[in-house]
Amino acid sequence: MIKAILIFNNHGKPRLSKFYQPYSEDTQQQIIRETFHLVSKRDENVCNFLEGGLLIGGSDNKLIYRHYATLYFVFCVDSSESELGILDLIQVFVETLDKCFENVCELDLIFHVDKVHNILAEMVMGGMVLETNMNEIVTQIDAQNKLEKSELIVYTGLFCISQDFSQAGLAGAPARAVSAVKNMNLPEIPRNINIGDISIKVPNLPSFK
Amino acid sequence: MVASSLKLQDLIQEIREAKTQAQEREVIQKECAHIRASFRDGDPLHSHRQLAKLLYVHMLGYPAHFGQMECLKLIASPRFTDKRVGYLGAMLLLDERQDAHLLITNSIKNDLSQGIEAVQGLALCTLSAMGSAEMCRDLAPEVEKLLLQPSPYVRKKAVLTAVHMIRKVPELSDIFLPPCAQLLHERHHGILLGTVTLITELCERSPAALQHFRKALPSLQVVPQLVHTLRTLVMTGCSTEHSVSGVSDPFLQVQILRLLRILGRNHEESSETMNDLLAQVATNTDTSRNAGNAVLFETVLTIMDIRSAAGLRVLAVNILGRFLLNSDRNIRYVALTSLLKLVQSDHSAVQRHRPTVVECLWEPDASLSRRALELSLALVNSSNVRAMTQELQGFLESCPPDLRPDCASGILLAAERFAPTKRWHIDTILRVLTTAGTYVRDDAVANLIQLIGGAQELHAYSVRRLYSALAEDISQQPLVQVAAWCIGEYGDLLLEGTCEETEPLQVEKEEVLALLERVLQSQMSLPATRGYALTALMKLSTRLHGDNNRICQVMSIYGSCQDVELQQRAVEYNALFRKYDHLRAAVLEKMPLVERGGPQVDEEAKESKEVAQLSEAAPVPTETQASKLLDLLDLLDGPSENAQHPPPLDPTPGDTLIHLLDLPCAPLPPAPIPNLKVFEREGLQLNLSFVRPPGTPTLLLITVTATNTSGGDVTHFICQAAVPKSFQLQLQAPSGDTVPAQGGLPMTQLLRILNPNKAPLRLKLRLTYDHFGQSVQEIFEVNNLPVETWQ
Repeated sequence: MIKAILIFNNHGKPRLSKFYQPYSEDTQQQIIRETFHLVSKRDENVCNFLEGGLLIGGSDNKLIYRHYATLYFVFCVDSSESELGILDLIQVFVETLDKCFENVCELDLIFHVDKVHNILAEMVMGGMVLETNMNEIVTQIDAQNKLEKSELIVYTGLFCISQDFSQAGLAGAPARAVSAVKNMNLPEIPRNINIGDISIKVPNLPSFK
Repeated sequence: MVASSLKLQDLIQEIREAKTQAQEREVIQKECAHIRASFRDGDPLHSHRQLAKLLYVHMLGYPAHFGQMECLKLIASPRFTDKRVGYLGAMLLLDERQDAHLLITNSIKNDLSQGIEAVQGLALCTLSAMGSAEMCRDLAPEVEKLLLQPSPYVRKKAVLTAVHMIRKVPELSDIFLPPCAQLLHERHHGILLGTVTLITELCERSPAALQHFRKALPSLQVVPQLVHTLRTLVMTGCSTEHSVSGVSDPFLQVQILRLLRILGRNHEESSETMNDLLAQVATNTDTSRNAGNAVLFETVLTIMDIRSAAGLRVLAVNILGRFLLNSDRNIRYVALTSLLKLVQSDHSAVQRHRPTVVECLWEPDASLSRRALELSLALVNSSNVRAMTQELQGFLESCPPDLRPDCASGILLAAERFAPTKRWHIDTILRVLTTAGTYVRDDAVANLIQLIGGAQELHAYSVRRLYSALAEDISQQPLVQVAAWCIGEYGDLLLEGTCEETEPLQVEKEEVLALLERVLQSQMSLPATRGYALTALMKLSTRLHGDNNRICQVMSIYGSCQDVELQQRAVEYNALFRKYDHLRAAVLEKMPLVERGGPQVDEEAKESKEVAQLSEAAPVPTETQASKLLDLLDLLDGPSENAQHPPPLDPTPGDTLIHLLDLPCAPLPPAPIPNLKVFEREGLQLNLSFVRPPGTPTLLLITVTATNTSGGDVTHFICQAAVPKSFQLQLQAPSGDTVPAQGGLPMTQLLRILNPNKAPLRLKLRLTYDHFGQSVQEIFEVNNLPVETWQ
């Protein structure tokens, strides 16, 4: 069983923390700090396995980690999981993130942590591996995002705007759409976003990218 | 999530721009105030955004409990966007320790029964993440229904949720066991993965379920089905979608192999069905990438754990040996871990790889060297003890501090168990004390003192070695203590003549006294050490010739020492000099041999992790009382705990101990000695079954089985046994102390009897238990013991 999945950067700032066993908030933060402390001490060319820290269950549990550029991906598992298997799982997870975010980098994880949670929920559920087929996961995520988008249109009355789009094409009516939206007093439509190298096709609703 | 990203991302941007911790706190506190206000005022369109922000700050470590009710509201909303964030919040903020968590049960129930896949998926995910026992009980019927839904997405999630439910509420296994056979025939990998996990969980939890899945009924061919699925995976190569670096769905392969391991363990029929397949997987898997290696390792572990063919086992151990030499550290780590698991059952096979394992000790990687240390300690036996101890002591000198205690105690334990000669033993302990004295356990001092005391021929040798070691370095406290004691006891041997075993050492009386005084005065000495030194000085007053002025002086000085213990000693010794000089020689004469304190050995063995595998076999509880009279009435009146606590380990001669170590602890399959029913009262029956293991003619294993066919439970059941003096009896811990009524699970207990003289066996049993509200005590001798038990 997977006890926890943690992603933090080289300075120990958490980018994602998911616990599959109940811990109090204080303990969770302590676990993150302790894990960072243990993992950051490791050299570059040693094996990817560590005994768990005291807070997360001591030597009954293992920390299996991978270091990608500025991020550590750490899975804390108990003895029933195959160590090499979990290494592969981390790789599949990162590749899936890459597919969903297009050349994922740390900034993507920072600004879209809820999306990362959603992707993770399609792979690991209740501490057990659910699905490892990247295509299936990405299809599912796309379907769910479509569902959200469609709701947004219905509920916030942007139906007219969507009609505009369908007539003039997505790139054709930026100004009209923006002004229409302005009038509806919805400040959340982005006008410009400074998020790394994500390109937003304004003014349509920001795509998954 | 889409429309709200700006706000969340703006917040994130602001937090990142904060230059100090204090600034960050300020930003977050302001935002939390807004969020709280918005929860209160209820802006239904945007509350999901607010919750998303709250979850973000929660990840950074700030309090977010006020968002719990908002999660509930969002989950109840009909919008998918709201539900998505609400369920995520429930998983992150709520757990079974909060009272609020039960309130989602109803929402989850509703979401599970409405038809939108994505929503059902969310509900199942949350349930499996934080579902408590009550929630699981309430929602089990819904989840069961979802197992039959047409959509594979929902079904795979339902299967894994079932696993979680069984963990929380084991009784639910009854609901989820029947669908398993059907689900195994699915094509969808996600469902298969979940099903295999579910079956694994069921089998691990209940032996009845394990039996069920092992049966080879036409409707329920679990093992053949698994074999077929795995074979398909292995043969299809990399054409499937699920392949990871060329291996098709390694995750599913590994899970299936693990389940096959559980099903095949100790079960001939299932093991036979899988033999061919395992051989195929072991030989055909591509090991150039990690995924292939993962599958191969799992295969090796499975082969070793089931009743596989001998050739297959050899193949498996060779694969592990190959992996030990692999350049990839991860592979070597897993190889060491696997060998550690195997060392108990296939000791000789693992021994072949000893040189490689010892090399791994010197790895710079801390994880690897730790594993190598554990394995090395497990591999020490009487034939390689000298070489291994040499290696381990070399390692001890240079290993990182966190491994030192384990290494030191491991060496000491191995030395104790396998020391070829007493002198070697003393040398080894001495070396450990000098290199890692501060890391050894407290009883090492007592053990060494007792050991030296017992080896009369080595007194001269020991005291010289210790004197030299002490003269070099007085900082290692355990060493100083032992040395002080030795010098005190055998000071005369130190000064007189030569000893063949060491170089000639000319020591003057004054030097010895000066050394002990240095120890007394040193800042580094602990109070206990000072006590040792003081007493040693006193003893020397009788051992050494010449006047005792110097010693008297020391005693009078320490008569006013600040340390109360030392002061008391000094004053008493002073009195010995002055008023009771005639008694001095008698009081200070050589100490008699200290009785070997048995429990120390057991505790050391139990606590030492590295030799945990061997020590499980070695310190089997010995009932020393049993070696007394045959008339045992008064013996068995002692407190019942005696039989359960592990009493002192008998220092039996070397070979018998080795035989015991090699034997597995579990009761062996019954040999052709007929069983014996020895006791029956009101439905409680006691049966004895006998085994004479072929390798050891003096050993008899008796399994006592207690069954209860009456209507009431038998509780606090304790069985004690006694045998004549010439026998040795060891009682292992019973399987339990309750025998449930109506033919429930019987209680078993294993007795080991050593009969070196081949005397006729006599056995007396004493039972105490509670039955039908009364406590019962029965003492009886077992009659009609078959001759084969002792001839």
